[in-house]
Parts: sequence; C-alpha cells; structure tokens
Amino acid sequence: MTLALKDDVHRPALMRRINFAVVVFLVFYLVIGLLQPAYLEPAGIMNFLRRAAPLAILAAGQVFVLVSGGFDLSVGSLVTLTVIGGSMLTANDPSNTGWAIGVLYGIGLAVGLINGAVVAYLRTPSIIATLGALLAINGVAMTWCGGSPRGYLPENFRMFGRFVFHDVPLVKIFPLAILVFAVVAALAWWGLHGTVFGRRVFAVGDNPRAAELAGVHVDRVRLGVFVISALAAVTAGILLGGFGGVSVDVGVGLELQAIAACVVGGVQLMGGRGTVVGAIAGALIMTALFTLLTLLGWPQPLKDTAQGLMLIIAVALGAWRRRRTG
Amino acid sequence: MRLTKWIGPAVAGAALMGAAAPHAFAQNFDDPKEFAAAQELLKMTPQGPAGKPWEQNLGGKEVDTSKYKKPGPYRICFSNAGVDNPWRVVGWLDMQAQVDVLKDDIKSFKAADAQGKDDKQISDINAFVQSGDCDALIVSPNTTAALTPAVEAACKKLPVIVFDRGVLTQCPVTFVNPIGGYGWGIQTANFIVSKLPKGGKVLALRILPGVDVLETRWSAANRIFKENGVDVVGAEFTNGDNAKTKQIVEDYINKYGKIDAIWMDAGATAVAALEAFEDSGQPYPIITGEDQEDFLKKWKEKGLTAMAPTYPTYQWRSPVIAAVRILKGEPVIGPTWKLPQPTITEADLDQYVDDKMPPLHYAMCGCKDLPGYPQRWGGK
Repeated sequence: MTLALKDDVHRPALMRRINFAVVVFLVFYLVIGLLQPAYLEPAGIMNFLRRAAPLAILAAGQVFVLVSGGFDLSVGSLVTLTVIGGSMLTANDPSNTGWAIGVLYGIGLAVGLINGAVVAYLRTPSIIATLGALLAINGVAMTWCGGSPRGYLPENFRMFGRFVFHDVPLVKIFPLAILVFAVVAALAWWGLHGTVFGRRVFAVGDNPRAAELAGVHVDRVRLGVFVISALAAVTAGILLGGFGGVSVDVGVGLELQAIAACVVGGVQLMGGRGTVVGAIAGALIMTALFTLLTLLGWPQPLKDTAQGLMLIIAVALGAWRRRRTG
Repeated sequence: MRLTKWIGPAVAGAALMGAAAPHAFAQNFDDPKEFAAAQELLKMTPQGPAGKPWEQNLGGKEVDTSKYKKPGPYRICFSNAGVDNPWRVVGWLDMQAQVDVLKDDIKSFKAADAQGKDDKQISDINAFVQSGDCDALIVSPNTTAALTPAVEAACKKLPVIVFDRGVLTQCPVTFVNPIGGYGWGIQTANFIVSKLPKGGKVLALRILPGVDVLETRWSAANRIFKENGVDVVGAEFTNGDNAKTKQIVEDYINKYGKIDAIWMDAGATAVAALEAFEDSGQPYPIITGEDQEDFLKKWKEKGLTAMAPTYPTYQWRSPVIAAVRILKGEPVIGPTWKLPQPTITEADLDQYVDDKMPPLHYAMCGCKDLPGYPQRWGGK
C-alpha cells in the first residue's frame, strides 16, 4: 500500500493500542474487586496506585529508551543503589535528607550519561552496555554497604513513599507517592509526545540513519533517553526506599518488570513505537496481575512464571496486531 | 481480554508442573526424633556459671583434653565462613573481644574470611594447618558436607573446635552450638498458640527455602501449628527483603481483611512486617521476631504482644574459651556442646532494649561485659 495510507492508520492504531492496555487493566482490576471488594473502595484504589507508582515511574522512563530503539537494564540496580546510598548518605540523621537526595539524583545523572555515552560513542549495543552497568552498579551498592543493609532511612526521606494525606475529599486518603507518580507521568507524557526532543526519540528509534540524515543529533538523543531513564530510576528508588525501608535487593528484577510493563502497554521493543500512557497502563496491568495472583493464593515462583508468560503473550499479540493492522 | 483468556490455561499448566517441586525438600528437615530431642533440651536446666550462657551447657559430657596440653601463651587460628550478614558481624565482634579478654593466654589470633565460599574456606583451613602457626583451629563452616574433609584433615594435626553450622565428622574436640532450628520453631509456635484468639489467622514469613537452620525452624513450628489446629493462611518467602516483606503482608491483610499473628523464621524484616499493619490502619498482630534492636525498640514503643527467639551471637565467644581450655589440658564439653538458647519475653524486654545500640545489633550478644562495649558494636 501507499505511504499515505499507512500514515492514516497510524493514529487510530495507536489509539486502539492505548485503549487495549487500559481496557485490559480495567478488566484485571474488576476481577480483583470481585475477589476482594476492599479494592473498589477509594482507599483500596489509592493503595493500589501507590503500590504501582514505582513500577509506573520506571516504565515511564524506560519507554523513552525503548522508543529510541534501546534497552535500559541498569534501572533495577540503580534503584538498589538509590536505597542503599540513601541510607549511607543520610546516616540516620534527618537533616542530611535534602542534600542526600540531591547527590542521589547526581548519581542518577552520571549513570545515565555513562550509559548513553557508551551506547552513543562506543557503539556498544545498549543491551550489553546496560547489562554491564547493572552488574557494576550492583557491585558499587554492595561495596558501599558492605553487602548487608546498614542503618535506616530517616522518616523525612521515607515520607515520599510512605506519607499519606488523610481526610481528603472523595478519596479519603491520598498517598504522597501518587502525587510524585502523577508529576512524573505528566512530565514524561509531555517530554515524549509534546516536545521536539520526543519526536526525535521516535525518529531515532524508527530509523537512526534517516534521522541522522534529517539533521537529528542521534548521539545526543541517546544520551538524553538514558539520562531520563536513570532519573526515573532514582525517583522510583526513593519511593521504594520510602515504602519498604533499607533492603539490598529491592531493585532485583525491576528492569525486566519495567520493560515488560512497556511491552504489555504496546511499546515496540525494536523502537519507533510506544506511548507513555501505554507504558503506565502496562505497569498498572503488571501490578494488577501480581495482586490478582496473590489474591488467588499463588506462590511467588508461579507469579514469576506468570509474569514471563504475560510478557511473551504481550509481545506475540503486539506482533500479531501489527501484522494485521499493517 | 483475549490476553486473559490465554493466560489462564497457560498458567494453570505451569502451576501443575510447579506443584510437584516442594516435596523434594521436605523430608530431611522435618525429623520427629530431632524435634523430640530439641523439646528435651528446652526443658533442661543449663549447667555452668550463672549469667554466662556462653560458658553453660545443656547436658553433654566432659572430654579429656590432657593430650593437647602445652605451655602457653597460645596461637589460635580461626577459619570464618564469612561476615556477610548482621548476625555474623555481631558474632565476629564478640569473638575478637573475647580474644582480648584472654590476651594473657593468647599470643596470636589469626582469622581467615572465606567470604561465603567453600573452596576458599577449604584452602584457608589447609593453609592454617600447613603454616604450623596454629596451636588450635576454630572453624565456622560455610556448608556442612563440603567442609568435612578439610576439617578431618586438620583434626589429624591439631585440636579443632567447630561452631554454628556443623560438619559430618566427630573428629573435632567439640562442636559448639545452641539448641538450633527445632528449638526456635517450638519456642515461637508455642508462644503464638498461647496468645492466638480462637480461629485466628497466622501468616508465616520465611526467608528462603532449602537452608537447614531455616527449614527446621519452620518444620517444628508448622508441626505445632498443625497439632493445635491453627489456621496458617500462608507461608511466604521474603528473601529477607524489607520491601518485599511489607508487600506480602499487605497482600495478606488485603486478602483476608485481618491477620492475627505473624510467625517469622528470622526477625530481620519484622519491623517491615509491622509497618504493613500501620499503613493499612490495622491493629498490630501477635508477632515473633528476633533479638535485633529495631524490633525490640518497636515492641517496647508500641506495647506489642510479641516474643523474640534468639540464635544467640554469644556462641562466638565459646569456641575461644574452649580453645584455651583445651590447650591448657582442661576438660571441655564435647563432642557436642549445646548452649542454652534463650528467648526474650515481655518480662525481660527492658534489659535488652538499648537505644544506644544500632538497629541491626543482636541484643543476645552476651557482650556487655566485653572490652570496647558498646562502641565496638557500633553503639554510642
């Protein structure tokens, strides 16, 4: 068919994909609500969103990298480093929280720049570059704390993941984490769908050579997406540390969950396609799936199996839908 | 929706495959004889100096050590499995302080850290034996079976003292350890049974499967729960992770509406489990944790219905004392030296809570009389 026709179906297809992920999520959530009606009450919904927030934030960062045609496997270990680093830097003293968070974002920025530079200038495939970063960052985190969690995160650090506004109209309780999530989601949506940079990310993911010929600084775009993903990881780490406290393997497996969330949300793995709304809906689906399996009483290993199957099914469905819609 | 239709059968298939797996572990760790033996040990009155449980023993006989007698001061060597968790960190500090106490009798104390690796520990032990710089060797084995040959070889050259995890040979002069996993399971489950309201729901939190000391804690507790018809709504693995623990507990609160008691095979994440109740606006459960300060502080602060079993870190003191006694030709308890395994209850909580100690310090360290306390253990 002609190019013009393809462009015509582009928008509706995208819309359909978004709706699909959102619809799947709503169905999952309804089933959860049938099993445990508490989830349909405002407090239940708020608690669910709070729990989904870290993964949704990771997915909102990961979607930039995926759309640009790369992977960022280092985010899970960066979450761990953020939590460990938070406890080491604050050293049980609440007055250290402010600058410690600044330093953590600085670390995130550095990790993003290194990942981006390795991919952009050393021409290393991102899956290898960030796999290396995963191992290296985990090593740094373990060395820093001596292999076991030390100390505590002060309450004012944990507030972002744990603080809840009470007696809020309509929803009764409103966790601060949801506010953080909403801000990140809005920023990500604007960044990917509302800026020139966002359009360049799509261009690079679609066809880097063509993008370069069209005058896009492909290397700078690559640096940018890895920085965004890393900063999202630090944010998710602050929420997770706030919610659960110090833990040495808080980030284990999160990189795959974030990628899975994006894929389930219709983001194409080889780049060029994807939406922030889809990625976040994917993260909500993943969280809903875990919640559902827990309510059904499934043990953890089977939940992992289900997550893997879900990922394969989502990719297969995505490929099939693309074949059908052209 | 098509997605959900696919996932159901696919995952159900996986469930069937997975269902067979757990049985592979179960047998060895649920031995009725060992369970009964632990029950007997718990009933015994410890012998030995009062207030010094690290020198006390439950039953056991004295072994003649006159053949090892030699003039002091002595050179003692220690092959350590690792210091990779807070429990081992506290224990290791206990041991070094005990060496300081006995400095008149100990000329040198050399330690090798195997960093949790069997092969490293085997070569550490061989190196110590061949160096000729050791009058006695203390071993804290990384794993039981793998270290047995190295310990056997060392026994032929010098007196060996093993503690914490054991080896599959009787050749060491003594093997120092507390009552163990079955005792822990019995103590904790009995507490929950005594406090649980009728029809109350219990959630068991375990670190990970397949580790003998943890498996036996659970098998003993589960036996008692079953005997008493306790409703255990779940036994979940937390990996010792705070975030995961909190999430699991929250899941169970959401699923059942109310959880009455939390049983734990190790207390490191007890505070995270309690936070899940706080954040869900639920009353605190009956809980068994461990003797870590963070949990003890929370217990005191909130007036919990709780108890803390211990796997006492003071057992790191005993091997040093034993080594010196052996080299002096004084009798020691052997070939197995069972130490008392106290619990912390509401009645004696106050003597173990200490705001000056770090959150991951183990209160049953028996270290208050040791040189350098509390700074050496990170206290203020």
